[in-house]
Amino acid sequence: MSEQGVENQRGERRMVLNMGPQHPSTHGVLRLILELEGETIRKAEPDIGFLHTGIEKQFEALPYQQAVTLTDRVDYLANLSNNLCYALAVEKLLDIEIPPRAQWMRVLLAELTRINSHLVWLGTQALDIGAMSVFLYCFREREDLLRIFEMFSGQRLMTSYIRIGGLALEPPRGWEKIVGKFINEFPGKVEEYENLLTENPIWKSRTVGVGHVPLDVLIDRGVTGPLLRAAGLDWDIRKAEPYCGYEHFQFDVPLRTGGDVYARYLVRLEEMRQSAGIVTQAMEGMPGGAWKADAPHVVLPDREKMKTQMEALIYHFKIVTEGFQVPEGEVYQVVEAPRGELGFFVVSDGSAKPYRVFMRTPSFGNLQALPDMIRDRLVADVIASMGSLDFVLGDVDR
Amino acid sequence: MLPDGFAGVTVAAAIEEWDSAAIEDGKAERGEVTLFIQPGKIRACCQFLKQKLQFERLSNVTAVDRLPAEPRFEIVYHLHSIERSERLRLVCRLGGGNPEIDSVVSVWSAADWYEREVFDLFGVAFKGHPNLKRLLMPEDWVGHPLRKDFPVHGKRYEYRDE
Repeated sequence: MSEQGVENQRGERRMVLNMGPQHPSTHGVLRLILELEGETIRKAEPDIGFLHTGIEKQFEALPYQQAVTLTDRVDYLANLSNNLCYALAVEKLLDIEIPPRAQWMRVLLAELTRINSHLVWLGTQALDIGAMSVFLYCFREREDLLRIFEMFSGQRLMTSYIRIGGLALEPPRGWEKIVGKFINEFPGKVEEYENLLTENPIWKSRTVGVGHVPLDVLIDRGVTGPLLRAAGLDWDIRKAEPYCGYEHFQFDVPLRTGGDVYARYLVRLEEMRQSAGIVTQAMEGMPGGAWKADAPHVVLPDREKMKTQMEALIYHFKIVTEGFQVPEGEVYQVVEAPRGELGFFVVSDGSAKPYRVFMRTPSFGNLQALPDMIRDRLVADVIASMGSLDFVLGDVDR
Repeated sequence: MLPDGFAGVTVAAAIEEWDSAAIEDGKAERGEVTLFIQPGKIRACCQFLKQKLQFERLSNVTAVDRLPAEPRFEIVYHLHSIERSERLRLVCRLGGGNPEIDSVVSVWSAADWYEREVFDLFGVAFKGHPNLKRLLMPEDWVGHPLRKDFPVHGKRYEYRDE
């Protein structure tokens, strides 16, 4: 805090307040430089980069398949969405086809990831605004989801389960029962959150009309995902540019026109319900067959084949020691991540390591709109607006 | 000049009609259209694409370092039209000496942080950017980490005889 403050044109004193980098409601390490007149914010400037770990640089030093592990660490609440986007981009370069069973499995896991990410968002947003109990409810369900991810991949957070050419492992025995139980109970749980919040007068007074920005400004700032749908734009990449077999699933794109924190809450709540519906469809329609592509130069062979077939052993040795070459070219692949448009721009020079990988992360674009949301509003609204953006600082700073 | 096979691409033909010198080259691979734009015309070209061809979104701006090739840097713009669900990639090639290009912040304000990031990590200057300073690295950092001549693993520790 500066004691002198800054003078505006009319000679009034403004106080400069540093919010963060260590602040419980910044969800990571974000510094906001706020210029205040009393309780009102006149200027806000986000200062990012505290979690920059040079992930894009590290991509250039790892073979394609090993680099999947880096994608987990970008948006650590939506790991499988990141795995999926990267895998799709490299598969597009390699021009390999993924069998339906693996595609359905990927859709199922991507939607569970969306539920997981939205649960963390709902819990922490409610906690920031003062509703402690919602946080406990949400993390109860999230625990179930993390157990499911652990059952599939052996990891709760850094799953790396979706690999180039299919999945890392065969889906575990009995997964249908556990996922089915979760999905059957989940709509009731969403009902519980709704009972706690939707008509709650304190919740409404803190969120209705707060953080409103017109739709054209949001688009101009590079905002994507639920934030645009809460402002009335019917645009979901799963519908507009279907990938990974999404065109075979029926779901609605929830829309609201409020454009405020409350509308974003309603949109995300409905998205969780729709995701649960997609998971059910994926389970019921799960095709049989292989869970990895028929591309022996990319996908590791089965253990049994390695013991009996010479070619499988040679491919295994080659893939493990030198990786696989990817044809020259570049590709920009987008998916609808829980936070919005996630894009991977992968440039290949024909070798076994990516020449350049750029990640268009949704949090980065969304955070650019924060100053518009909180300008000329009260300090208390900063917390609600920031929470509604649902950014992950690992996703912003990479 | 319009490259071969691009007469049927609506966007390329429209740019060609607007300014026949703007497009240097182009390619359409894997269902993605890439147009190489003359660096001096990038801002005007973006303005034209936004106003006349409904590319209302700038998805991102990034760069690729082609060291030791010359021109060394490729500045990559990913444009998106929500209405037509169409994506377009514009690329500007810049020499390695003192890379500089016009900023497109005045066209889409989304370019603000993306251009700052390229400035920070590649050392490419954007003329007309309202606030061109480092974004991710510390302000006193020396060098640009995503350049190919910047080491991935940092400097090796040197042992000295005491």
